[in-house]
Amino acid sequence: MKLTNAQIAWRAAQDIEDGAYVNLGIGFPEMVAQFQPSGRAAIFHTENGILNFGEAPAAGDEDWDLINAGKKAVTLKPGAAFFHHADSFAMVRGGHLDVAILGAYEVAETGDLANWSTGPKGVPAVGGAMDLVHGAKRVAVITDHVTKDGKPKLVKRCSLPLTGVGCVTRIYTSLAVIDIVNSRFVLREKLPTLSLDELQALTGAELLVEGEIINLNVPEI
Amino acid sequence: MDKTVADLADAIAVVEDGATVMIGGFGGAGAPIELIHALIDRFRATGSPGRLTVINNNAGNGRIGIAAMIDEGMVAKMVCSFPRSSDPRAFTEKYLAGEIELELVPQGTLAERIRAGGAGIPAFYTPTSYGTELAAGKPVAEFEGRSYVQERWLKADVALIKAELADRHGNLTYRKAARNFSPLMAMAARTTVVQAHAIVEPGAIDPEQVVTPGIFVDRVVEVGDAAQEEALIRQEYA
Repeated sequence: MKLTNAQIAWRAAQDIEDGAYVNLGIGFPEMVAQFQPSGRAAIFHTENGILNFGEAPAAGDEDWDLINAGKKAVTLKPGAAFFHHADSFAMVRGGHLDVAILGAYEVAETGDLANWSTGPKGVPAVGGAMDLVHGAKRVAVITDHVTKDGKPKLVKRCSLPLTGVGCVTRIYTSLAVIDIVNSRFVLREKLPTLSLDELQALTGAELLVEGEIINLNVPEI
Repeated sequence: MDKTVADLADAIAVVEDGATVMIGGFGGAGAPIELIHALIDRFRATGSPGRLTVINNNAGNGRIGIAAMIDEGMVAKMVCSFPRSSDPRAFTEKYLAGEIELELVPQGTLAERIRAGGAGIPAFYTPTSYGTELAAGKPVAEFEGRSYVQERWLKADVALIKAELADRHGNLTYRKAARNFSPLMAMAARTTVVQAHAIVEPGAIDPEQVVTPGIFVDRVVEVGDAAQEEALIRQEYA
């Protein structure tokens, strides 16, 4: 048993405070916006120059000058703002975002992240990945706990090209919630159906336990 | 003062062989399609301008805009952050055949390098790319206990950008997220060429609303019914 992508996104959304400025990476992390707890409203930032954008418009209502970094059509919420790219990345690198939530190929216990390249084949493309890992007060990763072949994605050292060094602070996986503290994985929550030994066997570096491990309980979505 | 020019062909006449050209837009938003296709028309008719270095966030999509420039063989080098798109064939084919050079730059670094070029700042330090392969060969320095990578300014011979309103002095406004790189590129190019949805008299744009002041703009041409790249591509693939 493991969490679905929607359930991982739900869990990550529970940690976003009301009024937080948040950047969600392209693709899977965008799902986090759907699961904000009621009574909380985060302000979402997109690299191409919008603060406080909302969900996609109805089909046929798209305005292609109003898109997010994934080049999908979006809408505006009251209080939105437009700005140019240098201001946008000043918000990123300048420490103004509260949270960035990104996908990952690998995360090392040192907080190193690999999420932009699977190696030298094909056309390389980086976009804003290397900028987003710097500056946000919390840089969180959401990911399956293991690869499609069952290999650990949480490792001692990344084997793929790095996006950033020592940048990740928390990882939400399909099995657990893990913090990175002093270059070690610290287990905070795990699925109650899984033993610590079973989880450790699926993890490429040692999981430290400090105090109680909370049951990772996520609703059916 | 009047920076307006009569037509698109006149507007892009300043682009020479071997030029470095910044082109505004992020995906389809802000892409100056009519200026780009005027450049392509001139290349088809005269064989010039070729061997261009093009600076944009992306490397074209489908078979129009920057992708069409690449297809024509006008582009020797792309400087961009993300040379992928819903249909990246034009760039991918040339790149894998070794017929086009790529300088891959993280998106925020690309924006700041362009801003620095326009602001007279030859180099700066950024945390972005530290410890990665994109920092290879670049000077690193420590500030307040963290490591930063030195990056250099980017400048261009010409910038091609799309604005919403322009007045005859070159003061510009933009439409929604079509702004993206354009205000930076307007600063960083020796000659900035603008296609505007409408050209108005000086004073018709409230000074409080001006995003790019006219000092950064050289040539303005009106394109009232401009195409939107993303909309064109979606029609083509519908």
